[in-house]
Amino acid sequence: MSRFTDENLRLAREIITRYPKPRSAMIPLLHLAQEQNGYVPQDAMEQVAELLGVSAAEVLGTLSFYEMFKRVEPGRYQVNICHGISCFLCGAGELLNHAEEKLGVKSGGTTPDGMFSLEAVECIAACTEAPALQVNYRYSHRAAPETFDELIDALAAGERPENGAAIPQHGILANVRQHIPAERAAGASSPDVSEIPVWLGEGN
Amino acid sequence: MAVAPIITSRFEQEDAHTLDGYLATGGYKSLRKALEMPPADVHEEVKTASLLGRGGAGFPAGVKWGFCPPGVWPRYLVVNGDESEPGTYKDRLLMERDPHQLIEGCLIASYALGLSQCFLYVRGEMAHAQERVAAALNEAYEAGYVGKNICGTDFSVDIVLHWGAGAYIVGEETALLESLEGRRGMPRLKPPAFPASFGLYGKPTIVNNVETLANLPWIIEHGGAAFAELGSEQSTGTRMFAVSGHVERPGVYEVEFGVTTFRDIIYGEEYAGGIAGGRQLKCFIPGGASAPWFYEEHLDLPLDKAAVDQAGSMLGSGAIVVMDETTDAVAACHNLVRFFARESCGKCTPCREGTAWMEQILARILHRQARPEDLDLLLDICDNISPGFAWPPKMTTICPLGPSAVSPVTSALTRFRDEFEIYIAASTARKRIPVAAV
Repeated sequence: MSRFTDENLRLAREIITRYPKPRSAMIPLLHLAQEQNGYVPQDAMEQVAELLGVSAAEVLGTLSFYEMFKRVEPGRYQVNICHGISCFLCGAGELLNHAEEKLGVKSGGTTPDGMFSLEAVECIAACTEAPALQVNYRYSHRAAPETFDELIDALAAGERPENGAAIPQHGILANVRQHIPAERAAGASSPDVSEIPVWLGEGN
Repeated sequence: MAVAPIITSRFEQEDAHTLDGYLATGGYKSLRKALEMPPADVHEEVKTASLLGRGGAGFPAGVKWGFCPPGVWPRYLVVNGDESEPGTYKDRLLMERDPHQLIEGCLIASYALGLSQCFLYVRGEMAHAQERVAAALNEAYEAGYVGKNICGTDFSVDIVLHWGAGAYIVGEETALLESLEGRRGMPRLKPPAFPASFGLYGKPTIVNNVETLANLPWIIEHGGAAFAELGSEQSTGTRMFAVSGHVERPGVYEVEFGVTTFRDIIYGEEYAGGIAGGRQLKCFIPGGASAPWFYEEHLDLPLDKAAVDQAGSMLGSGAIVVMDETTDAVAACHNLVRFFARESCGKCTPCREGTAWMEQILARILHRQARPEDLDLLLDICDNISPGFAWPPKMTTICPLGPSAVSPVTSALTRFRDEFEIYIAASTARKRIPVAAV
């Protein structure tokens, strides 16, 4: 089942209306597809193309530019170890070596049981908490080999990591979605309608 | 001298991210005040404040706002929350800990300039920031602070939360607009694509950084003149700096802009507390991976845009990365260049090819498989990307990403050439490794 569920299709259509042009909803819709499936399968791309009125090739062309979108199902947990300059200075190289050993896969690989995908990634904006990593985009700060092992063991055992945030399945980013209540919406502003905003009035 | 924080004033407050917590500490008071002022006066306050953009380029926000051509509608606001420059860590904190402050800033800007829709572009990897901003927007819509007829007036604007999906280049403002239009995030050629005149969907668009907008509520509450009194003549107000790397207390500090020195923030007891383990400073990057490196002799420079520009680097995105004496300059240089090579969007040849070549050459130097001419070759590539290694860089590319990759190479080669030469002398490889092979 990789086309949108009825609920997600309704949501996708609502998201499109927020933008002045449907194509702007490309990335949000691809995130929604990845949230539903853990990755973005071919028929999801085709459906996004239908919804936006573009070709499937244009969807693929856009999607393939962005690192977070996966076209092949990754492990349940995407483990991203930052190797940006601050983390590098504080031991990211050693941490990555340890992670490769612990998981038995190289950066870019997925464990045979489909639990973990490992990747060395660029700066994740936690530079003062180096070395930092993310599991499904949830942070672990000042990671060391021992704490890394504890984290992985807890996840492998299906437990919530100690003191850590609950980690949803790959593809789910924010657990909170924006809702724009219809009666409160100002509405998308079309680039084709040249109107001076009312609050500016005349003379601005 | 420490001044009271402006944008991080609620960071210690547990519930600052909620509407109740925000309202309890004066939240949305500035919006109400602004709504009683003529929009042009609000713009005037921001000009008086001399608020410099906090994203990297450091252009005065009030002046940038003035570039919208008159009579062309609609105008859009795009908030750049795609923070990804290595060493930079501030916008995520602002979004996670005080999202309403940012929302209020967006509303003030929209009111002042007649921006009829706002897009808040948050970096894809920042799930928690997305949650906090989404929750704050939901509350703000319910309470009538965002959307139709804000606070019962005829001012109406939607703020649409939009997530990225992993691409550093999207932090460049025209690439951000491409991405927001549902395309690959590749920068547009300027001119004609200056966003203020030709931005989102070809319409006038203000692209501002998260930290820049977060300052607006304070500026409206206290007045632009009060803001301009803080800091130095050109670098006004306060600014957030992330001090990371080999320091005792890595952290994000809001300090008076233009006055505090690098020595204060790196060595000060109330800040980063000096080099970790009592070791010596080797060098530091004053403004993110793109900035040329600084050394001991630059420590007494103030965190002032003009002073740092004049000294041959930049404050960029407020990222100070400190390296101690044990740091391998070649490895650090390779690390930075690899970043730019990976993140080059591929649109311009000098950057697409040049950054990848430099990364490969630096990698083979590190692996002790260098060729004797490699250092000259590196400089030759630098010269092709950014002719003459001038500062600010001359560009052969549409955006500054390519020239940014030149900074660490020329810095390291100028100051630590001996370290490169040790690697080259130790290189034993007989076989030539072709540059283009990956």
